[in-house]
Amino acid sequence: MSELFMFEKPMGMRDTFPHLYRMKKEIRSLVEQEMTGWGYEFLETPTLEYNETVGEASAILEQQVFKLLDQQGRSLVLRPDMTAPIARVAASKLLKDRNPLRLAYSANVFRAQQREGGRPAEFEQMGVELIGDGTVSADAETIALLISSLLKAGLKDFTISIGHMEFVQELFLQIVGTEERAEQLRRYLYDKNYVGFRKHVESLPLSSIDKQRLLGLLSIRGNGESILDARSLIEGARGEKPLTELQELMGILNDYGYEEYINMDVSLVSHMSYYTGVVFEVYADRVGYSIGNGGRYNHLLHKFGAEVAATGFAFRLDYLIEALSPEAAKTETELILFSSERRSEAISLANELRTEGKSVISQDVTGISDVDRYTAQFHEVHWIVGRAGKSGGRE
Amino acid sequence: MKELTIAMPKGRIFEEAVVMLKRAGYKLPPEFEDSRKLIIEVPEEKLRFILAKPMDVPTYVEHGVADLGIAGKDVMLEEERNVYELLDLQISHCYLAVAGLPNTVMNEVAPRIATKYPAVASSYFREQGEQVEIIKLNGSIEIAPIIGLTDRIVDIVSTGQTLRDNGLVEYERIVDITSRLIVNPVSYRIKHRRIQEMVDRLDEIISAGSIS
Repeated sequence: MSELFMFEKPMGMRDTFPHLYRMKKEIRSLVEQEMTGWGYEFLETPTLEYNETVGEASAILEQQVFKLLDQQGRSLVLRPDMTAPIARVAASKLLKDRNPLRLAYSANVFRAQQREGGRPAEFEQMGVELIGDGTVSADAETIALLISSLLKAGLKDFTISIGHMEFVQELFLQIVGTEERAEQLRRYLYDKNYVGFRKHVESLPLSSIDKQRLLGLLSIRGNGESILDARSLIEGARGEKPLTELQELMGILNDYGYEEYINMDVSLVSHMSYYTGVVFEVYADRVGYSIGNGGRYNHLLHKFGAEVAATGFAFRLDYLIEALSPEAAKTETELILFSSERRSEAISLANELRTEGKSVISQDVTGISDVDRYTAQFHEVHWIVGRAGKSGGRE
Repeated sequence: MKELTIAMPKGRIFEEAVVMLKRAGYKLPPEFEDSRKLIIEVPEEKLRFILAKPMDVPTYVEHGVADLGIAGKDVMLEEERNVYELLDLQISHCYLAVAGLPNTVMNEVAPRIATKYPAVASSYFREQGEQVEIIKLNGSIEIAPIIGLTDRIVDIVSTGQTLRDNGLVEYERIVDITSRLIVNPVSYRIKHRRIQEMVDRLDEIISAGSIS
C-alpha cells in the first residue's frame, strides 16, 4: 500500500464546507420545525452500537456496515441507519411513558462504499418513527408529514411511490404455492429485473391465466384507479386486505390534499428486509437516486422486546440539497478593519452591529498580509485605522 | 414533454440498436451512425444519445446521468448496478463460455482463469464448487491458455470462430446473452410516460419478429 498524502480521507468520507453547511442547517431547521409542529420529539442515539443488537436488526447489507472491536473484543458497528437504534430506545424505555410514541431525528449514518466513489459513506438522514400505532391513519400521517417536510424545504418536483409488501407476498403465494418459489419471484423484483421476472414466469408450469396475473403486476401503476386493477389480479380476503389498506391510505392522503404527489405502485418492494406493510420511496427530478423511503415495520420492535407495530420514514439531506440546488444562501458578513490603537472603538462598533443581528468580522489590519485581496471578499468594510475620528467606509 | 437521455454502447450493439429504434418509428438523422461525437442531440424527438464503452453504460444509468441505456446481459451480470432491466431487445445474441486448449484439465491446486468478467467468472466457478484464481485481461483473452498464462478463459462467444482460429475448444456454456433496455429507477418514475411509450414501441418491434 502506498503512503497516504496528508490531504487524503477514507473512501466516501466528505468535508462539509461553509456554504454547504449553511444550506444543510437552513433545511434542517425548516424540517425540524415542521416535524416538531406535528408533535414529533427529537432525540439522539450513540454513533456506536453493538453488532449483535442494532447491527443485526438493521436492514443494511452486512458488507456495507463499518465494524470495529471494543476493548473486550465485542463487535461494534457505526450505526448504518436510525430505525434500529430508535427501536432499541423505544422498546427498552420510552414506550413505557407514552404509547403511541412519535420520535424524530436528524443524524449521520454510515454505509461503507466498496466499488467506487461518487457516493458518500457518511451522510445525514432526517426522519420520524411512529411507534405503537398499527392503523392506516398512522401510515398516512407519516407519508403526509414526509410530503409537508419536503414542501417546507422548498422541493417541488417529486413523487412518492407507494406499495404494499403483503400484496406482492400474497399474490405470489396464491399463484406459485410455496414460500420458496415466491421468494425467487420476489428476488427479481428486488433486483428490478423485469426481463428475468418475465422469463421466469414463462418457464413456470402455470396456466396462462396465472401467468398473465403475474405479468400484470409489472404494468399496474398510477393513481387510485390502479388499486382496482390490482384487485383483478388477486383473490380472497388475504389479498383484499392490503388493497383495502392502500385504498384507505389514498383516501386519507386526499384529505390531506397531497394526492398529486402520490403514485400507487403495487409492484414496489423494498430491499429493507424489516418492512411488513405499506412501503414507499421518494423520487425527485434531477437526482438519480431515491432521496428517501419508509414504510411499516411491525416485527422490528419484537427483536428488542416490545410487541408493537411501527411505521416511519427517512430521507437524505445530501440528496435533498442536490434536488433543491438552491443558490448558496449567503449571509452578508461585514468587515471591521482596525489598527491596534483604535481597537476598543472597533469592539464597540462590532458589538453594536452584532446586536442588530448582523454578522461581523473584527480584524486587526496588521494581521492580514494582502489587505486588498482580503477586503475584496466583503461588501461592507468599516475602516477604523489611523487617528481617531477619521473613520470611514471604503469607496 | 421531458427530454430523454439514452446511453448507447459503441460498436456492434450500437448499429443493431439504431436499426431497432428507427423501426420503432424514432426519426434519427442519417449521419447518426458514422458520427464521431460522444453526445448526439436529436431535438425533433427530444432525445439525447451518449456514446459510451459498453461496460460503462450501466454506470451512467445508475448515477442518473442517462435515463435509459442499452447494455449486454454480460455487462449487467458483471457490474450488478442498481437499474431496472425492462426489456430483452433480442439483439446481439451470444453467450458466455468457459474455453481452453483441447484435452486439458484444470490445475488442481490453483486453477487459473483469464477473463474480462472477473465477477461473473468467480461466481460461476464458486457455484460449481471450485475455487479459482482470476486474472483480469482487457482484450485478446484467447491468448492466455496458448501462452500458458491460465488453464481456462471465460469470454463471450458468438460464432465460435475466434476460439477455433486460435485452437481453443469450448468446455462449458455459462449463460446466454442478449442486449437489454435498462432504466434509472428515478427516471422510471419521474419520466414514466415517455419511457413506457418507448418500451411499448420497442416491444412491438420485438414481438413482430426477429431483428438480428
